[in-house]
Amino acid sequence: MKHCTFSFTTALGAAALLVLGHMPQARADASADLVAKGRYVAEASDCSACHTIKGGKPYGGGMEFKLPIGSIYSSNISPDPAHGIGTYSEAEFARAVREGVRKDGASLYPAMPFPSYARMSDSDIHALYIYFMKGVQPVAQAAPANGIPWPMSMRWPMIFWRAVFAPSVASAQKDVNRTFPTPAIARGAYLVEGPGHCGACHSPRGIALQEKALSASSGTAFLSGGAPIDGFVPTSLRQDQRTGLASWSEDDIVAFLSTGRNLKGESFGGMTDAVYHGTQHLTVEDLHAMAQYLRSLQPNSPNVAAWQYDPAAATALQHGDASARGAKVYVDHCAACHRTDGHGYAPAFPPLAGNPVVMSDQPDSLVHVVQSGAALPGMTKAPSAFVMPSYSQMLSAQQIADVVTFIRGAWGEQRLPRRCGNGHQPAEIRSPAGAGRKTRSAELNQRQRKVSGMVAGHRKAATDAQKETGAGSSPAPVLI
Amino acid sequence: MTTKKTDAIVIGAGWAGSILAKELTEAGLSVTILERGEDRATAVEGDYPTSIDELRGAIRHRLFQNLSQSTVTIRNTTDQVAVPYRRLAAFLPGEGVGGAGLHWSGVHFRVAPDDLALRTNVIAKYGKNFIPEGMNLQDYDVTYEELEPFFDKAEKVFGTSGEPYTIKGKVAGTGNPFAPDRSDAFPLPAMKDVYSASIFKKAAANVGYHPYSLPAANASAQYTNPYGVQMGPCNFCGYCSGYDCYMYSKASPNVNILPALRQDPKFTLITKAHVLKVDLDSDGKKATGVTYLDLRTNQEVQLKADLVIISAFQFHNVHLMLLSGIGEPYDPVKNTGTIGRNFVYQTITTSRAWLPSKQYTNLFVGAGGAGVAIDDFNSMNFDHGPLGFVGGSPVWVNQAGVKPIAAAIGGPGGKAPTWGEGYKDAMVETYRHSLTIDAHGSNMAYRDIYLDLDPTYKNAYGQPLLRMTFTWKDNDIRMNQYVVSKIEPIMKELGATRYALGTLHANDVFDTRRYQTTHLGGGAVMGADPKTSAINRYLQSWDVSNVFVIGASAFPQGMGYNPTGMVAALAYWAAYHIRTTYLKNPGPMVQA
Repeated sequence: MKHCTFSFTTALGAAALLVLGHMPQARADASADLVAKGRYVAEASDCSACHTIKGGKPYGGGMEFKLPIGSIYSSNISPDPAHGIGTYSEAEFARAVREGVRKDGASLYPAMPFPSYARMSDSDIHALYIYFMKGVQPVAQAAPANGIPWPMSMRWPMIFWRAVFAPSVASAQKDVNRTFPTPAIARGAYLVEGPGHCGACHSPRGIALQEKALSASSGTAFLSGGAPIDGFVPTSLRQDQRTGLASWSEDDIVAFLSTGRNLKGESFGGMTDAVYHGTQHLTVEDLHAMAQYLRSLQPNSPNVAAWQYDPAAATALQHGDASARGAKVYVDHCAACHRTDGHGYAPAFPPLAGNPVVMSDQPDSLVHVVQSGAALPGMTKAPSAFVMPSYSQMLSAQQIADVVTFIRGAWGEQRLPRRCGNGHQPAEIRSPAGAGRKTRSAELNQRQRKVSGMVAGHRKAATDAQKETGAGSSPAPVLI
Repeated sequence: MTTKKTDAIVIGAGWAGSILAKELTEAGLSVTILERGEDRATAVEGDYPTSIDELRGAIRHRLFQNLSQSTVTIRNTTDQVAVPYRRLAAFLPGEGVGGAGLHWSGVHFRVAPDDLALRTNVIAKYGKNFIPEGMNLQDYDVTYEELEPFFDKAEKVFGTSGEPYTIKGKVAGTGNPFAPDRSDAFPLPAMKDVYSASIFKKAAANVGYHPYSLPAANASAQYTNPYGVQMGPCNFCGYCSGYDCYMYSKASPNVNILPALRQDPKFTLITKAHVLKVDLDSDGKKATGVTYLDLRTNQEVQLKADLVIISAFQFHNVHLMLLSGIGEPYDPVKNTGTIGRNFVYQTITTSRAWLPSKQYTNLFVGAGGAGVAIDDFNSMNFDHGPLGFVGGSPVWVNQAGVKPIAAAIGGPGGKAPTWGEGYKDAMVETYRHSLTIDAHGSNMAYRDIYLDLDPTYKNAYGQPLLRMTFTWKDNDIRMNQYVVSKIEPIMKELGATRYALGTLHANDVFDTRRYQTTHLGGGAVMGADPKTSAINRYLQSWDVSNVFVIGASAFPQGMGYNPTGMVAALAYWAAYHIRTTYLKNPGPMVQA
């Protein structure tokens, strides 16, 4: 056995040295403040959710966005001069972030939410630029080349898309400066509509996949719920009853954004990434501002009645009557955590009763969570990680259809969506994306790697799993 | 060579190690835990339904020590040649992050205060001659009042469910009347009594005993602990002992401490790191760090530190002290030395009652920490004078959930046929209609029961194995027989159609092939006298003052209660005194 000696420097110390070593020419104090501010703006903008792959170097890019015509990859935005944005001037950086135009003049795909970032202030853009130049380590690796074949790979048609759908910086900034009831709501609007780019997922999109409204000033479509992403349906963030945030208090929203969980529900899908990389790092003041702003948004569907708990399903189950379709599957596989009354044990296990996901007229999220499971990583303010198991190997498509029908019938949208007729059919229960014919253990391993990558400090490679499943992919739909 | 070092090394990522690592990082130290097993997080490997595979779990020992790399040798008496413990059976040490704290069941007691000064109390009550020849009866040199804040803290971290008796001197509930006074209520209400426990409660009360619901580190409701970690409620699925808890309701270092600790940049966890020895300076008075084997690369690594916490499983602590030359090895002939002295176990037997066929106990239902107990025959709660033995046993129904394979291996019990229809009928009757009552007793320390290094067998790394010399002694056999005789009236009161009383018998020897308990203790005990204890009242080595040894290895006697609550309280107690006294002025905290 060889003999070597091991020494430790704290990670913090090492990081501090790296930062200092990278900015000898600057006035350290002012620059450090600006770097810190820029880091905060990057977190508020959720940059790393797309530009850092799990297990990869910060901002090294390479996250895959799977499109029907091929894959594109997020770019390296570290200050590496060859592979990143090290040669960008601040003006070029601002143009890329706010207008979607690369240094070389080519258009960015609107997977990059520049129509929202157009609202970002000069001061935030400046801080962000300083942070990327001085606070981020250069990553000398190229992101994978995009796999879209010609002629779809041509980016010039994007010029027209931008001209029609992306706001000019001037018009966006003018909208930012509109009148708000309170300074907090103004701040909340800035964060939600601008850097937070919540609308990228939570607003409906038009025929060219443009967001139908980019701010609260352009109609109640804004944040009224988006199209499915990775099989999940973003809910309304407006004061819509049942499918929106009408039943969430300001504190509920703040708790959700800072920990990914509250007494009403838990995050899953892309929202988990948004909380993990982004909102959990925001100050309590900013989170309250966002919550106050969201609570100021009038419902998009004002005539929906408030949700009322119906005890009928629970009463039947608790009296031993599991004759309803899917009830037995529910009792055997779901009730231990979500309870026979659907109330769950929040925050560990979220309630199904009253949950907007259950009441949505689109069952996609519910189906997808039952099929694929969900993993909530530990957050700074809520260090516990929780997993919902994947049932795709344990239950047949018929059983999943049955149990989703039961859940939605018991605690969800009492009017079942038309396309479901008398309930969900197995044909709706597709194989989870990428699962194919993998063995159960392979899938378990994959899922476990994915979760373990998200458990703080739990050192296991998650990269492969993520690439295979496309798990960490875009929170934003991609224009093709 | 080494230019930087970690402030503190913690050996083992079980309860004791995780508590010490949390406390020391809170004190501002950089802390490295070295754990020889795998990393484990309940949301990764312990999730539903991955975790509740009985074959992979309790039967094939997923969470237990890999004996092919290192084990102990065992003999009953000093005139025998010890042989290696090659198959897990009598006791089940854990391996991997969480240690035995991941696979435990969750019974979470404090301590019977009389047990902390058992020698003093026995002598005061019965005289010095009451102590049998060859019994090393000793005090802990710490009082319940001193430990109380740390029992309280541990319960709040564990999310313990229980019913108090007195709080601040006033009766506050229907809990154990023999339990010591509390400064605060349990963080969660007691677990519900399953059917078998509820009828035991009635029967025991009718007989004149004082039944109470067990304090359990199984959460009776969802809970958030002081570290901000969240637990779900127990659903009595029965997969506690031997498993991670997919409901996040059985307390474990993995669920209750490590999620918070892993976020601390001052904390480092190195897994697959088998510590070979604690390194000492040239005069052997100070530890300079440890040498461990990186099991991934098969390279030895030296890690320097100012403070070394030995907090592995009980006998690994003793083994490591012997391998490192910390303190003087115990010599049973000369009666000198302390390392390996007072090795103790527990005296546990199980009795079974079969109930009429209309009464369903459904043994698959259960929670590892829940049940109903009586303390009437524990500790010094009864008059030992006419009985002539030291020690006692709590008695309980602790229906922890009997899994199918375990039930089949255990068989129907009693005089049932061993095959055919009669066997099947008996299995069904036992699984559906029986209940078990345990006498979970103390075990005293004796001069010729001890741990030392084996002269013959070595582990995979070329180091001598630890040798156990252990068997049952007359005092403990008679204690067990007496307490079990007190179960018989309960059996009658229960209306059992038949019952079988389990006891030790005179001249029984320790049988390693049958599971008894993993509650091993002693070998590096705490005390006031460096001639009879390895560590002082703050769990600091008398010989190497920057080494603290935390765990059940500190117990001078095997107590009737389950040890984890005491281990956790001692860990917080030691950590408190390290933080408030030792770190300000490193050196011996008690002058020998």
